[in-house]
Amino acid sequence: MDFMARPKALVLTAPGINCDAELCEAFDLAGAEPMPVHINRLARNQHWMDEASLIGLPGGFSYGDAIAAGRICAALIRTQIIDGLHQAVARGVPMIAPCNGFQIAVQTGLLPNIEGRDARVALLHNDSGRFVDRWVKVNYPESRCVWTRGLDVPAGAHVLPIAHGEGRFMCDSDDTMAALDAAGQIAVRYAADDDPNGSQGLVAGICDHTGMVLGLMPHPERYLHWTSHPTWTVMGDLSGQTPVGLAMFSNAVQHVCAAEQCTA
Amino acid sequence: MTVHRVEVRPSDTAGDPKGAAVCATATAASLAATPERVDTSAVYLLEGELSTDELQQLAADLLADPVAEHVTIGAAEPRGCQLIEVHPQPGVMDPEAEAVEAAIEALIGRPISVRTGRRFDLHGINAQDANTLALRCLSNPLIHEIHDAPHHPDAFEHGHTRDVQVRDIPLCDLDDDALQKLSREAHLFLSLEEMRKVQAHYRTLGREPREIELETLAQTWSEHCVHKTLKATIDYHGTLPQSIPNIEPGESGALRIDNLLKRTVAAATHTLMAEDLGDWCLSVFVDNAGIVAFDDDTAVCFKVETHNHPSALEPYGGAATGIGGCIRDVLGTGLAARPIAATDVFCVAPLGITNVPDGCLHPRRILNQVVAGVRDYGNRMGIPTLNGGVWFDAGHVGNPLVFCGCVGVMPRDRTHGDPQAGDRIIAMGGRTGRDGIHGATFSSAELTDTHADEFSHAVQIGNAITEKKVLDAILEMRDHESGCLFSAITDCGAGGFSSAVGEMGEHLGATVQLERAPLKYVGLTPVEIWISEAQERMVMSVPAEKVDTIAAICADHEVEWCDLGEFGTEGAELILNQGDVEVGRLQMDFMHNGLPDLVREARWSEPTIDQPAATNEVDLGNTLKALLSHPNIAAKSSIIRQYDHEVQGRTVLKPHAGVNAGPADAAVVTPVRGSTRGLAIANGLATGLCSDPYHMVTAAVDECVRNLVCVGADPTRIAILDNYCWPGCDDPDQLGALVRASAGCHDAGIAYRTPFISGKDSLNNQFTTESGETIRIPATLLISGFGIVDDIRTCVTMDAKHATHALVLAGDTTDRVGGSHLLQVAADAPGNRALPETNLTTGPRTAHAVANAIAQGKVYAAHDASEGGVLLAAAEMAFSGGIGLALDMAAVRGELESTTVACFAETPSRYLLEVCPNGLDALAEAMGDVPHRVIGTFDDSNRVHGDGIDVTLDDLHLAWATGLGL
Repeated sequence: MDFMARPKALVLTAPGINCDAELCEAFDLAGAEPMPVHINRLARNQHWMDEASLIGLPGGFSYGDAIAAGRICAALIRTQIIDGLHQAVARGVPMIAPCNGFQIAVQTGLLPNIEGRDARVALLHNDSGRFVDRWVKVNYPESRCVWTRGLDVPAGAHVLPIAHGEGRFMCDSDDTMAALDAAGQIAVRYAADDDPNGSQGLVAGICDHTGMVLGLMPHPERYLHWTSHPTWTVMGDLSGQTPVGLAMFSNAVQHVCAAEQCTA
Repeated sequence: MTVHRVEVRPSDTAGDPKGAAVCATATAASLAATPERVDTSAVYLLEGELSTDELQQLAADLLADPVAEHVTIGAAEPRGCQLIEVHPQPGVMDPEAEAVEAAIEALIGRPISVRTGRRFDLHGINAQDANTLALRCLSNPLIHEIHDAPHHPDAFEHGHTRDVQVRDIPLCDLDDDALQKLSREAHLFLSLEEMRKVQAHYRTLGREPREIELETLAQTWSEHCVHKTLKATIDYHGTLPQSIPNIEPGESGALRIDNLLKRTVAAATHTLMAEDLGDWCLSVFVDNAGIVAFDDDTAVCFKVETHNHPSALEPYGGAATGIGGCIRDVLGTGLAARPIAATDVFCVAPLGITNVPDGCLHPRRILNQVVAGVRDYGNRMGIPTLNGGVWFDAGHVGNPLVFCGCVGVMPRDRTHGDPQAGDRIIAMGGRTGRDGIHGATFSSAELTDTHADEFSHAVQIGNAITEKKVLDAILEMRDHESGCLFSAITDCGAGGFSSAVGEMGEHLGATVQLERAPLKYVGLTPVEIWISEAQERMVMSVPAEKVDTIAAICADHEVEWCDLGEFGTEGAELILNQGDVEVGRLQMDFMHNGLPDLVREARWSEPTIDQPAATNEVDLGNTLKALLSHPNIAAKSSIIRQYDHEVQGRTVLKPHAGVNAGPADAAVVTPVRGSTRGLAIANGLATGLCSDPYHMVTAAVDECVRNLVCVGADPTRIAILDNYCWPGCDDPDQLGALVRASAGCHDAGIAYRTPFISGKDSLNNQFTTESGETIRIPATLLISGFGIVDDIRTCVTMDAKHATHALVLAGDTTDRVGGSHLLQVAADAPGNRALPETNLTTGPRTAHAVANAIAQGKVYAAHDASEGGVLLAAAEMAFSGGIGLALDMAAVRGELESTTVACFAETPSRYLLEVCPNGLDALAEAMGDVPHRVIGTFDDSNRVHGDGIDVTLDDLHLAWATGLGL
């Protein structure tokens, strides 16, 4: 077997980002080499973005989520490193942005990135007015997203963990919602009977028009092991199967390896 | 300079959940009038020179969202009939403002001062009711200003510089009365004996103490820092169930206990370490948290603290800084541990009470705000809060208890720090302000202490992101490729720099340049800098050649730091300078060893037990539902769901268990990524038995062990922590109760072979009302524990798994129901009113037998029978798993006369186990001579049924799910 280098996965951290370690673990288990890097160091070393085969924007409370979730981090990314991120997207680098990462991605313009439209979306306070941590039922519509391909196959794929106070998805217009749907950019939806935050169209996650950039409120990086499932002690021996969170990362790493013709 | 005002509110299409939440809070608070609707806006006040373009760009690009928000420069027209604005008082920590200031500086390249506020446009309410709403639901006058019009000051208040003054405090010639007066008026809180000791010391030196020296001694000798009650010599008049080793009755007949803590809690640990736990316990009682081995390479540590008084006055800030301080303790243990889990236990008055004394907040508000404080701090820190509880008692109306715990993980070669002479004293994190001296607030007109507020030290607001940045930076320094960059580390908690530097430099001495500390505002005196308890600060001892690397890491993480001076002086003196001026000089030896020994009287008399004249068997189904909805027992989901209990991706067993999310016994995490070795975390609390603290404590230890064993922890690898919260210790009876509790710790610790590794005490929790009535908390001792799970894949949860399986009760039930929840819902229920006692022989044996059965894979579900008894625990298993249960009531009753007692007595050391019918023989083998019997069979009935009971699972679940009412 030809052992080539594992693809590098750049994981951005910033003050208040706190889901970086599990995002690194996800990339690692999926066959990539995680490289956590602080945004302040990345700003001085922009070439690190050129060397990345995958990119992760982790969850957390960047800059305390002051003003609104992800707002300050997005503003700093827009002024410091957005060009490098756009170039990575143009190169076809898969990028995942769970939770706070999603909130940052929609405020930097990395998402929704609908072809031919200058559309915007927002993630607002949950309709309950409260932070909520639980596992929710989700489904994966037909989409162009590379991360969610074939996800209805693994057992237990119908739930993912959420933990957020500002996850209510809203488009700037109904046209935007229709365009997202038509373009196959809605990657994850909450089940109709398990909507945790009042999101428009039950949208839990979207991808950009390339299908490479996925932003979602659920945390796939918290579902890498069967023992993370809330009722794993009821479910019998599942050790042979891939948890759906890990499957997402494997999808992206395999895509990269196929493109780079390396072995993961 | 100009102050600009920007307002941001949600657009009409976006909706305003925060406004709806205000209405809901007002309704829950039972206010006389509640608004029909509330519109909320964020207010930003920016002081500095900004062009119109810059202001508009900041408003559009930073402060408002283009999709969902409206922005107004200045003040928008009123939208409702009343307007309320809430702003933090000047000087109060405003984390959002700090973050916005940093962001603006990064964006425009120059500093702008920022303040934030919240605007509420209220519909359908008059001015007076709006003001009531503001005071009861929207603000706390201790830290907030309330305005009834848009607040737009001309300028911000700023501090003023002052000349350094070194004040002598004349003391050598004072008589006893004057010494006591000085102690009281200077807020030293030192006893006469202690003041005399100080006086004698300074007479020897031939000079008067300087102000900073006296303050340092007061901090170092405070109850909080040295636990002088628990370490005092006590003459105990009373009995104990077992004798304390090496303690004999003195001439008066009393037991003379020299250092209660050492003779009981610590003695248990040292006995166990001398036997076979010496290699496992890596650091006990000496550091900020206790440390045990996790595996060959890794250690885990645990600390639990209380933050009671601050939480009574400002529950949000009090709880947040409570968890923040506990996290810093873990970060400051050994050479820094990574915090991986948090716990919280709250004790408050019942939420339904209507009569709250003046000076107290309503318990509903306290609980809501305390939860919000832990939520906002813990979630931002990225530490899962995953175990806890809430206890309700009317005695907590003036003194809520807020226990915050934190578990950390560290490499085994990072468990001990050792500061070296010549090391730099590096402080990092938050800036130093007046927090904890003369209050979190200060008057802009006059920065001196013109309105000393006796509660002032309590009121602080935390800034979690400052602490998160410190955490990230410290762990990078600990794991640096060149080796750990510091030789010791500790947190700045009570006493601030004075305690942190004083403790680290105890054997070395230190020279401190106070002017180097970064300040929140100008005008602090050297004394204020030295004893400030400002949050989010850590102190490290750093070899001089590593300071540059530390500085670079701090810069990358946006962490402020300073070089406060150097460890190591001739004669181990503490030398305090402000610039060129020496403001204080103390001998470390006198600071740490000068405290006089006290002898205190304690007595204990057995409580009398009133047996009822007549009793009645209860209706089992209705009593079961009443107990399930008792707030101590009912679901805490509305709290738990607000905590991120899964961040870091380590959580294997969560606070909820089963398809219907029932109450889990313990949480389990994986401290080492990629390893299947786990750590179970649980608590034990038996305040119902407080009329005899000995039995209360042994029951709490037993409950903590049961909880851990039920999920699969190894009972030979459990370590525990003690947190005393006492109403007071001034009178001999309360001190006697403290001795009983401590003896309980000793005996249970030895019996269960669970070493205490850390502990804390809060010994003054009583409230005097305006009319002079004293309201005392019940004596409370929280046992927190963690235990090792060899393989998480063998973990068991409490929810029933399969119909046809048998339900087995392990352990015997006695007829004692004293202190039980049963008597709270059915005062004339049968049963002996004496307190149940933990059998320290059979209790540990049962724990080991159950653990053995679980380890052998014989058990599908395990649940401890505690509050509410066997029937309640069985019902929880059934509805959590959604599996019916047929009870054999004759088997439940066993030898007891009363079915009521058999179902609801809270005898310790009992477990319920779900076992496959053909596994019963194997179970019997695993259990050995421990009594156990089948009491029911799980079935498809969707009911809990048997002779005298028939209730649907839905009804049971509903009672449990809605009982808390929060």
